[in-house]
Amino acid sequence: MKKRNSYGSIALNAPYTVWSVIFIVVPLFIVAYYAFTDKSGAFTFDNILELGEYNDIFFTSIWYSVLATVIALLISYPFAYFLSRQSEKSRRLQMMLVMLPMWMNLLIRTYSWMNILERNGLINNLLGMVGIEPVKMIGTPGAVIFGMVYNYLPYMILPIYTVMSKIEPSLLEAAEDLGCNGINKLRRVIMPLSLPGVVSGITMVFVPSVSTFYISQKLGGGKIMLVGDAIERQMQSAYNYNLGASLSLVLMVMIIISMAIMNKFSDEEGGMVI
Amino acid sequence: MKKITATILALVMCVSMFCFASCGSVNDTVENLEGTYTQEYAGTTLNVFNWGEYISDGSEGSLHVNKAFEKVTGIRVNYSTYDSNESMYAKMKSEAVSYDIVIPSDYMIQRLISENMLQKIDYSKISNYKNILDEYKNLYFDENDEYSVPYSVGMVGLIYNTEMVEEAPTSWSAMWDEKYKDNILTFSNPRDSFAIAQFLLGIDLNTTDKAEWDRAANKLKEQNKVLQGRVMDEVFNKMEAGNAALAPYYAGDFLTMKDINDDLEFVYPKEGTNIFVDSICIPENAKNYEAALMYINFLLEPEVALANAEYICYATPNKAVLTNEEYSLKDNKILYPAEADKPKTQYFHDLDSSIRSYYEKLWEDVLRES
Repeated sequence: MKKRNSYGSIALNAPYTVWSVIFIVVPLFIVAYYAFTDKSGAFTFDNILELGEYNDIFFTSIWYSVLATVIALLISYPFAYFLSRQSEKSRRLQMMLVMLPMWMNLLIRTYSWMNILERNGLINNLLGMVGIEPVKMIGTPGAVIFGMVYNYLPYMILPIYTVMSKIEPSLLEAAEDLGCNGINKLRRVIMPLSLPGVVSGITMVFVPSVSTFYISQKLGGGKIMLVGDAIERQMQSAYNYNLGASLSLVLMVMIIISMAIMNKFSDEEGGMVI
Repeated sequence: MKKITATILALVMCVSMFCFASCGSVNDTVENLEGTYTQEYAGTTLNVFNWGEYISDGSEGSLHVNKAFEKVTGIRVNYSTYDSNESMYAKMKSEAVSYDIVIPSDYMIQRLISENMLQKIDYSKISNYKNILDEYKNLYFDENDEYSVPYSVGMVGLIYNTEMVEEAPTSWSAMWDEKYKDNILTFSNPRDSFAIAQFLLGIDLNTTDKAEWDRAANKLKEQNKVLQGRVMDEVFNKMEAGNAALAPYYAGDFLTMKDINDDLEFVYPKEGTNIFVDSICIPENAKNYEAALMYINFLLEPEVALANAEYICYATPNKAVLTNEEYSLKDNKILYPAEADKPKTQYFHDLDSSIRSYYEKLWEDVLRES
């Protein structure tokens, strides 16, 4: 049975509703307007058709973000599991260590990594001390993917850890009692129960990775162009707002589609939807 | 116990902050003013939009130009900065804010004038205009001196690390040299990058021939395989730490880098190089025109211009500074080369939008292949 909104709940919701209309809904319409008009303001599909030329850039962005997401997942999943099984005190300490880098701004973190990965940076200096030739790190795809993993890893750990710590230990005991070995326990109990966390972790790492531009500019040495860079360039230096907007629009549509697919997985488990 | 420690810590912090705020006095006094300044507009606000790090700001005992102006006129200076002509233009075009003073480069001034975005300056109110060198008057972008007052001048050159190059480069072709693979940096903006290829190929920087832009783009694509990266201000860090052997950048900025890393040297390549003049302008929608005139006159004050020239490290178009014994860069051979050593130079001109979007497209291809 649907309940009608009372005046009280309308009043409570008003601040955020106003906020989201002004800062989310209206800008979305502006993006759509620019994407489907030309410089003079006349309706056109040209900007969207022109995007064919950006296929390779879209592909690179998606490929790098997928790699970053997979690496982040491989690191986070076992860590989140072990963390959730530990004592309250040790959990708190380790969670703080996970969050610690987030206390600093993304720009500063990335800029520091630029200096660490540099030709004469910290890592190459250490390698030099043990007599290893400098390795080229800055300006490579590896550096960009590393930057994505480093910056967004906490967003993967947090949701997985949250669902993992809600798994009742009694369920695992029951599985053992009923004859599950280690692998089956993981496959049949832990994985299905943690799926919603994994899904939101993947979304929270993939979405910012696929649209990043700062990380690719600094760690990619300005040689690697992702969709975010292409959009930034259209807006900042090429002044083609229309093309920039259509790139953004298509990126958004792609993100929505991938989120819808991801949510299908978690829906089946009756889990959370972002 | 914890609470006591926290309280003490907080107290210490408060006291030290108070100390920083009050103990450090900012230099905001100009001894000798040549122009006349009144309190007529005291209490009003002047919106100034300038390049980052482009005004003496009181650091290390230097003159705090904006504070000094506030002291003399009572006008509040609302100062903000940009990092490229293009982003400044985008901001002006958006009309979200109106500025009273902007300091763009030559070709951008040409565009702003052609789009009626600047207003004429009343030079009769700028008594210090006499300090400007004649060679910087009536430049191509403002032939009759109506809209702009020169502020700072610079040239691009090639910075190299003597420890990392075999012989001192004399040509832009060093930036294509396989020997320095992965040790070469270049600009991350299209116009400056194209300019280097254009000088090397002997093409006019402001050509309207698309085939010539194609040739320059192909040249840039050849460079991709030897490049370490495309940077703007990151170049400071990278060159100072010896992370790259070659990088083109502005002469004045080289002096800053040289202070930190003495292995760095600088050359104006023989093919020629880009020269720019950044000039002070008043936007069409300025709200405080009279105060803006006063501010321009103030920036041309010998003492103020000296402080700025020392701080920015770029060449100054101000006679009064060049003849001042106190000016430490007066005899600098890089900023002020002798007549015989002067490189061939070319200004950027504003190109029409079809050429602009053409080279932007080419630039994207260059980036994509790297």
